[in-house]
Amino acid sequence: MKAILSSAVVALSLAAPSMASAETLRLLTWGSYAPDNLVKMFEEKYPDIKVEVTFSNNEEMIAKLRATGGAGFDLAQPSHDRIYAAQLEYDIYKPLDLSKIDTSNMEAKLLDGVKANTTIDGELYAVPHQWGTSGLMADKSMAPDLAGWGDLCDPKYKGKTSMRLKRTILLGTAFAMGEDPFAAYSDLDKYQGILDKVADKLISCKDNIKAYWKGGDDLSAMMLSGEIVASETWDSTAYKLYAENENIVFVPPSTGALAWIDTFAFPRKGKADDAAYKWINFVLETENVKLMSASTGAMAAVKGAKDLLPDDKKAAVNAAFTDDDVENLQFFANIPPGVEDMEGKTLEKIKAATGG
Amino acid sequence: MSRPVAKDARNLALILLFMPFALWILLLIVLPHIGMFVLSLKEKVAPRVYEYGFDNYINFAQEPIYWNTLLRTGTVSLLVTFLALLIGFPVAYYIAKIAGKRTKGALFLLCLIPLWVSDLIRAFGWILLLRETGVISSALQASGIINTPIEMLYNDATVVMGLVYTVVLFMIVPLVSTLDGMNDEMIEAGYNLGGNGFTVLRRIIIPYAMPGIVAGCIVVFMLSAGSYLTPILLGGKNSSWFTEQIYDQFISRYNWESGAAFGFVLLLFTSIVVWLGLKLSGQTLSSTVAKS
Repeated sequence: MKAILSSAVVALSLAAPSMASAETLRLLTWGSYAPDNLVKMFEEKYPDIKVEVTFSNNEEMIAKLRATGGAGFDLAQPSHDRIYAAQLEYDIYKPLDLSKIDTSNMEAKLLDGVKANTTIDGELYAVPHQWGTSGLMADKSMAPDLAGWGDLCDPKYKGKTSMRLKRTILLGTAFAMGEDPFAAYSDLDKYQGILDKVADKLISCKDNIKAYWKGGDDLSAMMLSGEIVASETWDSTAYKLYAENENIVFVPPSTGALAWIDTFAFPRKGKADDAAYKWINFVLETENVKLMSASTGAMAAVKGAKDLLPDDKKAAVNAAFTDDDVENLQFFANIPPGVEDMEGKTLEKIKAATGG
Repeated sequence: MSRPVAKDARNLALILLFMPFALWILLLIVLPHIGMFVLSLKEKVAPRVYEYGFDNYINFAQEPIYWNTLLRTGTVSLLVTFLALLIGFPVAYYIAKIAGKRTKGALFLLCLIPLWVSDLIRAFGWILLLRETGVISSALQASGIINTPIEMLYNDATVVMGLVYTVVLFMIVPLVSTLDGMNDEMIEAGYNLGGNGFTVLRRIIIPYAMPGIVAGCIVVFMLSAGSYLTPILLGGKNSSWFTEQIYDQFISRYNWESGAAFGFVLLLFTSIVVWLGLKLSGQTLSSTVAKS
C-alpha cells in the first residue's frame, strides 16, 4: 500500500512540471464554464495551446491560489466580489491589460461594475464573463405566493423549504428585514448588529427547513421529487429544473435578486498570459457565447445576452424576470477584509443552534 | 543520513531499506505537521500582517459552539465504535472460528467488497435508499405498511448508521486475525470445566481477543472522528461535525490559522481518548495496533 502511494506521489511530482510548459493554458474555473466542445474548438484554432481545466468554486479558487501565492494556474474565474479583499490580503492576482481584450461587445454596465469593484491602485484586475443571480425557486403548483426571502420561513411551508447555509441567505434575509447589508460593509459594528438579527431570524426559521442543501444536485433532487416546494437557489439551477417541470420557476425576491458576475482574473504567477487573453477573446465571440451559455445556464456579459441563450433557458428567464426585476437587481458588493469571518461565525451559530 | 558512505555493506543495505520509510515519515507526516503547527500559532491582525501567539487556541476554548461540536463528534464517534464492535465481533467470530476454510475466504471477501467503492458513492447509495421519496419509503408505502412517506435521511441516527457501515470492516479485520490465532482447545477446555456459553465468552474469548478489540476500536474511532463526507452528506440541519468546522475555517472563512489550530485540537482530543481507552483496558499500543 505504502509503495503504491509513494510511487503515485512520485509520479505526480514528476508529471506536474511537464504540465506547466508555455503552451499550456491552465484554467481554474467553475464546473460547466469550459465545455468540452469549446475547448476542442479553441485547441483547433490555436494548435500550439493545450487547455487544462480545473473545476472549483469561489472559496476553493482563492484557497488554491493562496496556497501557492498565485501559481499553478494561468486564468481564474472568481466572482467580482472575491477579487478586491483577496488581492489585498493574499496578493494572488496580477493586473490585466484591458487593451488586449475585445470589449466592444461587452455589456457596458457590467464591465463598468466590475471595473469599479476590482480596480486597486489604478490597476484593473478583472473583466466580466458570466453573470446570474441568486434568489428563490418555487413549485408554483404548491407554493404560488412565494415572493420574498422571508417566505421561506412561512409556517405554511413547514418542513418543505430549503436553503444553503452560506452568505447569500444571510444577505437575502437582511434585505427582507429592511436592512441594507452592503451599505453596512463600511461600518462593521453595524454589520455585526444586522448579522445578529439575521441569525435570530434564521434560527427561529430552522424548524421550517427540511435540510440545508449543499450543491445543485441535492437541491434538484429535493425539488423535483416534491420533497420541498420552495428554496433559496441559483437561477441557473432553477432554469435547469424548469426544463423538466414547468411549474418550477425562479422567483426574484421582492427586495431584489442578488446578482453576481463571474470574472476573468490573472493569477499572480500565471505563465501563459497570451494564451489566457486568447481564451478570453475566444469565448466572447458571439457564436461561442451561445455554446458557453448553453453549458453554464447563465448569461454572458455581452450585449443582448438573453437572445444568445438556448430556447429552453430563454423561456425560463422570461418566466422568471420582468424588466422591473432586472432594474431591481442587487449586485453583490465587494467583501471587505474581515467580513468573511463575521459571516462564517454567524453561519456556525445558526448551524449549531438546535431548532427553533 | 547525510553521510551514506557506510563501510559495511550490510549497513548500507539497511539504510537503503530504511530510506523510503524515513522519507515517508519525514516528508509526508512530520514536516506538514510542523508547518501546520507554526501556522496555527499565527494570528491575523490586519491584511498581510500576522503575529505569533496562542490566540487561535484561546478562541477555540472561549467559543462554546466549537468545543460542543468537538464533544459531539467525540461522543458520536464513541457510539459508532461501540456499535461497530457489537456488530463486528460476532461476524469476526463466525469467520475465524465457525466458518470452514473455503467459506472463510469468501466471507472475508464479502466484507471487503464495499470498500472497493468510494465513500462518496456509498453515501449517495444511502441517500437513494433513505430519502422521503426513496426506495425504502416507497416500498413501505406500496406494501401498505405506512400511508405517508417517511423521511429517514438528515438526522443523527442516519449519520451513526452510515459511519458504522463505513468503518465496521476495520473492526472485523483485526478481530479475525486475533481470533484466528486462538486455539480451539481453549474454548473446549472452558466448556469441559463446566462453563456456559456466556462464561466462556467473558472469561476466555474476550480476554484473548482484547488486543484485537482495542486495535479495532482505535482505528474505528480515529476514522470516525476524522471522517468528513458521511456526516456532511447524511447529516441534517443540526448535525455539526468537527471536520466540517475545520473545512469552513480553511475554505469559507479564509482563516487557515484557526483551521490549523482546530486540526491540532482534534488530533490532541482523539489522542487523549485513545490514551484513556488504552489505560482503561490495560493495553498498550505495542500489544494492540502494532501487533495486529
